[in-house]
Amino acid sequence: MSLVSLEQGQVLPEQVFRVTRADLVRYAGASGDFNQIHWSDRIATSVGLPGVIAHGMYTMALAGQAVAVWAGAADAVVDFGVRFTRPVQVPDTDEGTSVSFTAVVKSVEDGFAILDLTAVCGGEKVLAQARAKIKQV
Amino acid sequence: MPLDQSYIGRTYPFPPYLVGREKIREFATAVGAVDPLHHDVEAAKAAGYPDVVAPPTFPIIFTMAALWEIVFDPEWGIDYGRVVHGDQRFVYERPVVAGDELVVVTYIEEIMFRSGNDFLNTRQEVRTTGGEPVATVFHKTVVRGDNA
Repeated sequence: MSLVSLEQGQVLPEQVFRVTRADLVRYAGASGDFNQIHWSDRIATSVGLPGVIAHGMYTMALAGQAVAVWAGAADAVVDFGVRFTRPVQVPDTDEGTSVSFTAVVKSVEDGFAILDLTAVCGGEKVLAQARAKIKQV
Repeated sequence: MPLDQSYIGRTYPFPPYLVGREKIREFATAVGAVDPLHHDVEAAKAAGYPDVVAPPTFPIIFTMAALWEIVFDPEWGIDYGRVVHGDQRFVYERPVVAGDELVVVTYIEEIMFRSGNDFLNTRQEVRTTGGEPVATVFHKTVVRGDNA
């Protein structure tokens, strides 16, 4: 991959990631976050959630993947922040759920581009103030 | 119940975390990061790195561990089930690479009690054991109140 040159106002193509319970289990192991609300419906519902939800950091990691693809390089990000606004509920089915990411290039200057990201699951935005600063060619 | 404000300004060091090549590969696979930079040492070297490169959110592994040690200090009396991740931000000096031995120092920057919930804002400075700055990590934690 090599860095992609972006323009202010450019709308970047949607990327969709499927999320299943198996993905959450794998992420729990890889990240060390074994909070039971991410794998047990019993525990999740006992704390008032509708069911098992994805780790916020898993959603952020997928957003980071989307940014890498838009940037054209896996090491382009220099600043990356999000606010978690809604949980991503993941049903215990083969299909699970899906999260889609889109972005707009807010600005390009001094060798960096700033992307404003939108993350949607089930028709609802799950992140706010999601922004990545990436290197430009 | 409002958290003890006297904790603001406290700093907490955490023992060094050695970034393993296989851990980077495992984490990258878990988040669907298939780029050779995360998996192939030769590809990473060709791009100017000493070893495979971690995906951007990889530092959550050791920064979250350092944070949990503080948040779940029994002295605070915070209920694990009430803790919600609010905001997360990473500012990088350079990507984390396999072989890095990283030290995290956590600074408690702000504690607020608002609308029945506690908000805990921390900043974590990530440096190599040699003192090279690698990243600054900002984490906002919400502790839901009894009625929230």
